[in-house]
Amino acid sequence: MSLDTAPDTAPVTSLGSFEEARRQIEICNACRYCEGFCSVFPAMTRQKAFADGDLTQLANLCHNCRGCYYACQYTAPHEFALNIPAALGEVRAESWERLARPQALARLFQSHGVAMAGLLAVALACFFWALAALKPETGAGFYAHLAHNTMVAIFVPAFLAPLGLIALSIRDYWRETGGGRVRLIHVLRALDSAARMKNLSGGHGEGCNFEQGDRFSDRRRVFHQLMMYGFLLCFAATASGTVMHYAFGWEAPYPLFSLPKLFGVPGGLMMVAGAAGLVWLKLRAERTLGAARVWGGEMAFILLLGAVALTGLALYAATGTGLTGPLLAIHLACVMVLFLLMPFSKMVHGFFRLAALTVEAGKPAPAGGGE
Amino acid sequence: MKDWPKTFDLAVVGGGNAALCAAITAAEAGCTVLILEGAPQPYRGGNSRHTRNFRCMHRQPVFPLTGAYEEEEYLHDLMLVTKGKTDEGLARLAIRSSEECLPWMQQHGVRFQPSLSGTLSLSRTNAFFLGGGKALVNAYYNTAADLGVTVAYDAQVTHVHLDGDQITHLHADIAGVPVTVTARAFVLASGGFQADLDWLARAWGPAARNFLIRGTPYNRGVVLRDMLDQGAESVGDPTQCHAVAIDGRAPKFDGGIVTRLDCVPFSIVVNRDGDRFHDEGEDVWPKRYAIWGRLVAAQPDQVGYALIDAKSIDLFMPSVFPPVKADTVEELAAKLGLDPAPVRRTVDGFNAACRPGAFHPTELDGLGTEGLAVAKTNWARPLDTPPFYGYELRPGVTFTYLGLKVDDRAQVHSEAGPIRNLWAAGEIMAGSILGQGYLAGFGMTIGTVFGRIAGKEAAAHVA
Ligand code: SF4
Ligand code: SF4
Repeated sequence: MSLDTAPDTAPVTSLGSFEEARRQIEICNACRYCEGFCSVFPAMTRQKAFADGDLTQLANLCHNCRGCYYACQYTAPHEFALNIPAALGEVRAESWERLARPQALARLFQSHGVAMAGLLAVALACFFWALAALKPETGAGFYAHLAHNTMVAIFVPAFLAPLGLIALSIRDYWRETGGGRVRLIHVLRALDSAARMKNLSGGHGEGCNFEQGDRFSDRRRVFHQLMMYGFLLCFAATASGTVMHYAFGWEAPYPLFSLPKLFGVPGGLMMVAGAAGLVWLKLRAERTLGAARVWGGEMAFILLLGAVALTGLALYAATGTGLTGPLLAIHLACVMVLFLLMPFSKMVHGFFRLAALTVEAGKPAPAGGGE
Repeated sequence: MKDWPKTFDLAVVGGGNAALCAAITAAEAGCTVLILEGAPQPYRGGNSRHTRNFRCMHRQPVFPLTGAYEEEEYLHDLMLVTKGKTDEGLARLAIRSSEECLPWMQQHGVRFQPSLSGTLSLSRTNAFFLGGGKALVNAYYNTAADLGVTVAYDAQVTHVHLDGDQITHLHADIAGVPVTVTARAFVLASGGFQADLDWLARAWGPAARNFLIRGTPYNRGVVLRDMLDQGAESVGDPTQCHAVAIDGRAPKFDGGIVTRLDCVPFSIVVNRDGDRFHDEGEDVWPKRYAIWGRLVAAQPDQVGYALIDAKSIDLFMPSVFPPVKADTVEELAAKLGLDPAPVRRTVDGFNAACRPGAFHPTELDGLGTEGLAVAKTNWARPLDTPPFYGYELRPGVTFTYLGLKVDDRAQVHSEAGPIRNLWAAGEIMAGSILGQGYLAGFGMTIGTVFGRIAGKEAAAHVA
């Protein structure tokens, strides 16, 4: 790449998000003080000039910990006006929109919580109708309200089709960022980083600068992991239920001491706690240090995850009561919206993050510059 | 003039590393402390905001430092850069105490990391702050807040009142309101005077108005001047400042690290008239970095131009400003605002004086020119491969040498002897130890060591 792609260092408000991120990253690359915070800065030192794909990759490596904002001697009112978490946040959100198909749906749901609420209302209406219209003759537990086969017929495509779309996005991401051949060791390294949320540790293990200014806190890491592992437990609950259903002919409802419940109940509780914590943090955090445009969509997404878990738990608690029917409709509607919006909501960040970490693991170790 | 409603045990003038170390130390000893930081909150921390490491003595590897760096070697390095212009007793005190500072800094919130990429040569001697100097400053302000230290931002101290052998009170403009502050002890840690261009011009000559100031615009030396006017003993050459050659497009103030240019060894450097004026290949770059500020300052209009060709453009750290680029030497000269003819002549003469031989960018390769009045003794390769690149160089002032003379307890003296309740730390007294030159990371060492001493002595005084 030639050197003269570098724009002026003075911020111009009309710059597009790539141009603005490029302007800021080039300042960082001449400074490098933040090298120890996360994997963005070491990755940056590989080049002198930044193509759009390089910026997309850096943006998806960024966890919005904000360490590099509070540590920066060039934040406004300095004329360089650095705000790396916001600049990369914007490029990141845009990459999820640009690489989604159709893009218009991603643009709508990434930034508008209201749109998500609207879709939820529609889903609720459909499931209340379905429960009334398709009530089976026989069946136990909630299968008395909606037959197992009907549920499978609805949810399997609603789950797999969005996953297929995400796979296409990730393939495009791989191309845009110049990812190499996928190797198991790189995937494992990426999973390890994600499992520990290494990049939210601040480099010193004391956490990030998300919700209390320049003081470090591990709360975001803790709540995020509650959410993520809770979600994975719930997923394991559903998967084990499916296996029990088909392999052993053991149908729901399951007792407390069965795999689906042993995974699902703690998982659901963790998700509720995680969602409550993440909402609280998000309300306290400075909005201008992220992609402010998508704040509403992100908030709605956390609430949706919380609602999925809460209604699932409520459904279990209401077993055998007259509330099972309506709660089932509400829970299924939430799950449906979550599934359908996987490619178009913040949910997609997990896929992009793993891709970014895997791409990074596959690149040569960052070279030190000369001084 | 309003009175601050409370009398503090200690008032600290300044809000950078040295001030914070003094404030924290005194507060931990039980003092009530007020910090008067001249900058508004976003710019707090003085030049410490722009630092990134701490030069530290150590006898064995200790995170994040490798190997050992003992007192004699450290002192030797200091003697080399200062050419002996140092108070050896104070220098040894700073060096010896640096060892115990490393754990102290960590206990008070500073986090370290291994050397930054591009500075691996310092991994044995210098401990790098995770996130740089502003992260350190933030950590100390949080520690100070937890200890109950009061901080006034935008608080410019205008006068520190000396009465006999002690300070009685000080005057400050706090957010524009004149306030009198009384305290039992005072620590001055308000830096040098490099941001006062008038003062620089008086000391150095009118050319100084063309200098760029690399750090904070708030170090105007008001308190230093005030104390000197009241007879405090001074140290350091009042006419000298430490300057390096930086990108001429840097902001007038506060450009910091990103404005540095490492291209000189791989360039030929000409002045406004298109003439070379010094050996660009004299020594490996970090060692020569500092002299180019003075060299450029001595040229007409205080400006130089580094010319590079395509062979060498990737041999140094990226600068924040893109180089001027052209397909011919004449076009490059014109784009830089130079007369193309003399530049062409200089380049031709230089190219003709280059000899064949092996070029090694990372070591002194002895590839020098022959027969030039101003030789280039290493890395001399003809400037012949387009595109050509150019950077404008200007002197960037880092700090000034004139300061308050202190003793080994950081106490300030007047002709009549020690001022009983006044101590100084950091840049304002660094001239006692750094009489000339600069040693990377040593400013933070002086600030930390003497800040802690000043805080301890002040606390003992009021106890
Ligand atoms: S965010 Fe600021 S301090 Fe950090 S690397 Fe970038 S320019 Fe340097
Ligand atoms: S916000 Fe945090 S994760 Fe993102 S680039 Fe800055 S330091 Fe790295």
